[in-house]
Amino acid sequence: MPRPDRSYRTTAIILKRRDFGEADRLLTILTPEHGKQDVIAKGARKLTSHKMGHVELLTRADMLIHTGRELGVAAQAEMTLPLDRLREDLVRGAYAGYCAELVDKFVNAGFEDTRTLYRLTEATLIRINDVDDPRLSVRYFEVQLLLWAGFGPELSECVVGGEPIEPQDQVFSPGEGGVVCPQHAPRVLNTLSLPMLTLKTLRLMQRSRYEQVEAANIPQGPLDDSERILSSFIAHILEKRPLSAEFLRRIRRESAPG
Amino acid sequence: MSKAIPEPVTKLIESFSRLPGVGPKTASRLTYYLLRAPEETSLALADALRDLKANTRYCAVCYNITVEDPCPICADAQRDQRTVAVVEEPLDVLAIERTGAFKGVYHVLHGAISPMNGIGPDDLRIRELTKRVDKGIIAEVIIATNPGLEGDATAMYIQRELTGKGARMTRLARGLPVGSDIEYADSVTLTRALMGRGDV
Ligand SMILES: [Zn+2]
Ligand SMILES: [Zn+2]
Repeated sequence: MPRPDRSYRTTAIILKRRDFGEADRLLTILTPEHGKQDVIAKGARKLTSHKMGHVELLTRADMLIHTGRELGVAAQAEMTLPLDRLREDLVRGAYAGYCAELVDKFVNAGFEDTRTLYRLTEATLIRINDVDDPRLSVRYFEVQLLLWAGFGPELSECVVGGEPIEPQDQVFSPGEGGVVCPQHAPRVLNTLSLPMLTLKTLRLMQRSRYEQVEAANIPQGPLDDSERILSSFIAHILEKRPLSAEFLRRIRRESAPG
Repeated sequence: MSKAIPEPVTKLIESFSRLPGVGPKTASRLTYYLLRAPEETSLALADALRDLKANTRYCAVCYNITVEDPCPICADAQRDQRTVAVVEEPLDVLAIERTGAFKGVYHVLHGAISPMNGIGPDDLRIRELTKRVDKGIIAEVIIATNPGLEGDATAMYIQRELTGKGARMTRLARGLPVGSDIEYADSVTLTRALMGRGDV
């Protein structure tokens, strides 16, 4: 997508926020049509900043952005979706932060069409804010984000032999990026067990809309298993575990989900 | 950087560039200013920089930056040692002190939980706060982290760590806009937030 003219209006989700200069902040935002961008929010740390009220992490805002030589500058911002429970509930906030980190890591900065990814991200943050147990929505997000980024794991054919996968327990290879049949499994290093039900769960999440996945009432076992597979796969692609994953693990150990 | 610029100049420009909020342009401007300024100006700056690290330390009680340990606030017999305001940064201590409305003591965390930026609970002075509360002297912990996702997460985490330790836990009243910094709050707003604090 070409670089837009001097200024543009956009809706945006604020993924990341760092202090910048005297009283400004550097925001990393995800927009539907202008990709992922770093923009400066002037005076955003001050309490009396009129035009820049509410530039807060993991909220949605309407922004007017002036494109600069290096960085864009957000001239106006108005919060349009506060998602309060992400701030009121430690676990929900941590899940949302994890998803934001994944978007940040998987998407290169620049002007590109990110409509699908934007819709997925916005819907996921709303679900994490609203539903009783956010885990399904986070798994669905991981699967769909991987697809969007071109890393969707191969789940129909053996990644070693290429033959169709039989309905039985398999293994998963993060390195090969997909499922390996029991026959070829000994040839591949660092595989994870992939029970049939978990494979079905991953396929369902890869091929369906969220509402369909939700309606399928997937039992907790295959869901936990999907988490194990997906987090290994994501760590393999990124060459390290996302930083938010550790914090999430830590606070989940100490509290019930949701 | 261009070879036309002598090394000592590039070195200072690079050093300035590493400071928060200083871009390459500002860094060059500061450097060339110092080149033209009288020698005393740059020598005073150099001394100040050396003293900054050599003559300051963390207060062993509240972890604020101090020359003497314990810091003047912790050592002040007039201050209420039973009430502790937990803040993210030393500058937040200054903001609350400016109000003149707070007679307790502080605990400086040196940041807020921000997993995405690699800052977890162990990177902050939270364990030290827990130990301090364990001593049983503190009656009220006022959590005065910045309003917003990271400050709120830090507050909730601390609240969880301190639950059952017998201290009352309060949070600054809403009224500070979400996403803003306490450091920049005016005294009236901050005093109102302090006075209107509620149990968490
Ligand atoms: Zn095979
Ligand atoms: Zn002290």
